[in-house]
Amino acid sequence: MSDSKDIYYIPHGTKWPIVGSIGMFLLMVGASNWLNGSDSAQYMLYAGLLILIFMMFGWFGLVIRESQQGMYNAQVDVSFRMGMVWFIFSEVMFFAVFFGVLLYTRMLVMPWLGGEGVGIATGQYLWSGFEAVWPNNGPANLGGDFDIIPAFDVPLLNTLILLTSGFTLTMAHWALNKGNQRKLVMWMVATVLLGIAFLFYQVEEYIHAYTELGLTMGSGIYGSTFFMLTGFHGFHVTLGTIMLIVIAVRCAKGHFSKENHFAFEGVAWYWHFVDVVWLALFVFVYVV
Amino acid sequence: MTTTTHEDHNEEDHHDHKPQGFLNRWVYSTNHKDIGTLYLVFALLMFFIGGAMAMIIRAELFMPGMQLVQPEFFNQMTTVHALVMVFGAVMPAFVGFANWMIPLMIGAPDMALPRMNNWSFWILPFAFTMLVSTLFMDGGAPAGGWTLYPPLVLQTGDSFIFAMFAIHMLGISSIMGAINVIATILNMRAPGMTLLRMPLFVWTWLITAFLLIAVMPVLAGAVTMLITDRFFLTSFFNAAGGGDPVLFQHIFWFFGHPEVYIMILPAFGIISEIIPTFARKPLFGYTSMVYATASIAFLSFIVWAHHMFTVGMPLGAEIYFMLATMMISIPTGVKVFNWIATMWRGSMTFETPMLFALGFVVLFTIGGFSGLMLAIVPADFQYHDTYFVVAHFHYVLVTGSVFALMAGTYYWLPKWTGHMYNERLGKWHFWLSVVFVNVLFFPQHYLGLAGMPRRIPDYSPQFADFNMLSSIGGFAFGLTQLMFVYIVWKCARGGETATAQVWEGAKGLEWTVPSPAPFHTFETPPKIDDSVVAHGDHM
Ligand code: HEM
Ligand SMILES: [Cu+2]
Repeated sequence: MSDSKDIYYIPHGTKWPIVGSIGMFLLMVGASNWLNGSDSAQYMLYAGLLILIFMMFGWFGLVIRESQQGMYNAQVDVSFRMGMVWFIFSEVMFFAVFFGVLLYTRMLVMPWLGGEGVGIATGQYLWSGFEAVWPNNGPANLGGDFDIIPAFDVPLLNTLILLTSGFTLTMAHWALNKGNQRKLVMWMVATVLLGIAFLFYQVEEYIHAYTELGLTMGSGIYGSTFFMLTGFHGFHVTLGTIMLIVIAVRCAKGHFSKENHFAFEGVAWYWHFVDVVWLALFVFVYVV
Repeated sequence: MTTTTHEDHNEEDHHDHKPQGFLNRWVYSTNHKDIGTLYLVFALLMFFIGGAMAMIIRAELFMPGMQLVQPEFFNQMTTVHALVMVFGAVMPAFVGFANWMIPLMIGAPDMALPRMNNWSFWILPFAFTMLVSTLFMDGGAPAGGWTLYPPLVLQTGDSFIFAMFAIHMLGISSIMGAINVIATILNMRAPGMTLLRMPLFVWTWLITAFLLIAVMPVLAGAVTMLITDRFFLTSFFNAAGGGDPVLFQHIFWFFGHPEVYIMILPAFGIISEIIPTFARKPLFGYTSMVYATASIAFLSFIVWAHHMFTVGMPLGAEIYFMLATMMISIPTGVKVFNWIATMWRGSMTFETPMLFALGFVVLFTIGGFSGLMLAIVPADFQYHDTYFVVAHFHYVLVTGSVFALMAGTYYWLPKWTGHMYNERLGKWHFWLSVVFVNVLFFPQHYLGLAGMPRRIPDYSPQFADFNMLSSIGGFAFGLTQLMFVYIVWKCARGGETATAQVWEGAKGLEWTVPSPAPFHTFETPPKIDDSVVAHGDHM
């Protein structure tokens, strides 16, 4: 890596973006037709997914090779960092929507449906006898009666797991800066295992919710917000874990040095972000 | 002293050569100028697709009664027209300008993340193929309005999910594009190009990019909840399950209002480049322009419910959103004042870009005034969902954003192509446009004040005259735009050779490179001092 700012670097063209677009297109069209009831459309969906995965291998592989050849200078490094930071900001806004929905429905919609702010007769006529207490699945009792997952049970365990993973990842970073390859890989493997453990418990909770508690996505607004928030979070943990695995492999191959490890840091930022979202989730979805 | 690594291996041979072959040149491109051109051509195509739909709308509204199309199809036209114009025409056109001009204006060799830049563009044709294909599906295209309100939008046929996924793809494209713009501006400026030396176009895009990254994910969240409500049993927008359809409107407009500023801030930037050039004076109040832009962006996050005055919000909320909305007029007024003050005692000439810029200043301001009227809660109870709203947003978007795009095209076309366009035809294009656009949209104010609802294919006979007038203006305005294509096409093919500076009063880095701008520019950072900075209260 060169640290002189006045050497510009412009990458050559590649086919990967257009491959990605084609994959995305097939995925989306396949998913659309599949949701509209065509069974055979799922093959198009899978094809799109495979092409997208192929694109990611190809594109990231290319960038990794170029980075290993020392083609990137300090300015490129900063561009990558900014890209990652602003990408994470967009993710923050995405999650903010669902937290906003949770607050809005709990603080405003519930009382309104309970009769606040409208005439008594209107409330009586529309939803007589409706008790607006959280957790709630609405005046129509959509999805039937359900129980919720207590916070200080598996969710608490998962909180501890994720917090620990944040710690192990920081230790890995520390080992990287010390140039201690063996410890670096060890801490990375620990982080990955913690990520997988989190996902394992999360899946188990979902199975528990669906099969024993009667809590499903169809359980009115509680089920909607619960599964939307935890579901998208779980999806992000899945992505994060895959990214961590890639980084762990690259650590083992000795790709990173104290000076040059943007990919490591980018993934670490992402993981910490997922961690923080979980903390908010734990408080607002499970505890209060 | 410096080298540039572009092509794969043999850097030297490839030095100033464009990649060979269509695929290499356009599909795999990492060149900001080529990608900018792709965006602009794509946007122009979308203008005409969206424009054709507008012609169908105006044809049906030419006379009272149902003449040409089925009501469902009419509603599909209003919906898809809006989606195509917003996401396919105006936004990509401004991204095209950003691609072409930002690196040239800040002395950068290219965008910060050129491959991602390519992907941002190449998602668009696929997304719009999905969106436009819905016109041919069972049940037709979405017809519930571009605002996608549930429960209506959930009743759309097969096309619902295609439209939703298309919007997701557009969002991904916009976010990547915006990230690129921010990284470029913050990281790629030539040494000496301090933030407060940047041309205002760059500033407005920096702030626009921030708005994009902040609100496109919000739209994505809203769309995702529509999808799960429709297919996965959730009840976000269903009161029976404890949800609330009005919640969707809050989320949509939390995206939607900043979105309208996404479409106008870069227009402010373009106008702020053009007026000083043709007034031969530095921009008046450069720093205040930067602060005004930032204030508008900030305020745009806290005024969204002015689109929802009639849904039944608590009184306190109505009053708050009314006052907050009106506050936007303050920074907007600062801008209009500065443009006029720039021209004050300038030695002005009126080439086509300046004509469009002046048209912008006058007509955009009319749109701002009608916005102010709409912001008054008791008045909006009357105006909401009438043609008055249609008139308002077409003044700000057509005579605002689109006029700025025209102005910018004429202004930089010689730099892009190396030729001067035909000035006489350009002036004709302006005068025909400015007359017909007013014939088209001005009567709609009266229609709205008299109570004609929007998004309805038929109307009471008392509205017949103004509608006929508006339709005539519409057809004429549409036809006039063919001139634009002709002028641009001719200019790309040949014409009087343009000098590097092109306009006598033009200042700024983009005018220091030859016309047409070479394939690679600023491979070594240019020297920046006050003599090349466009304008401003330099710091
Ligand atoms: C002084 C500034 C502005 C004010 C006070 C303002 C105010 C408003 C209000 C109150 C409405 C809602 C009317 C209703 O539905 O009853 C509205 C609608 C709208 N405005 Fe503005 N506006 C301003 C500037 C702009 C700008 C700059 C743009 C775009 C470039 C814009 C685009 C729109 C659009 C597209 C709608 C209609 C959305 C829809 O319902 O489909 N406005 N404006
Ligand atoms: Cu608004």
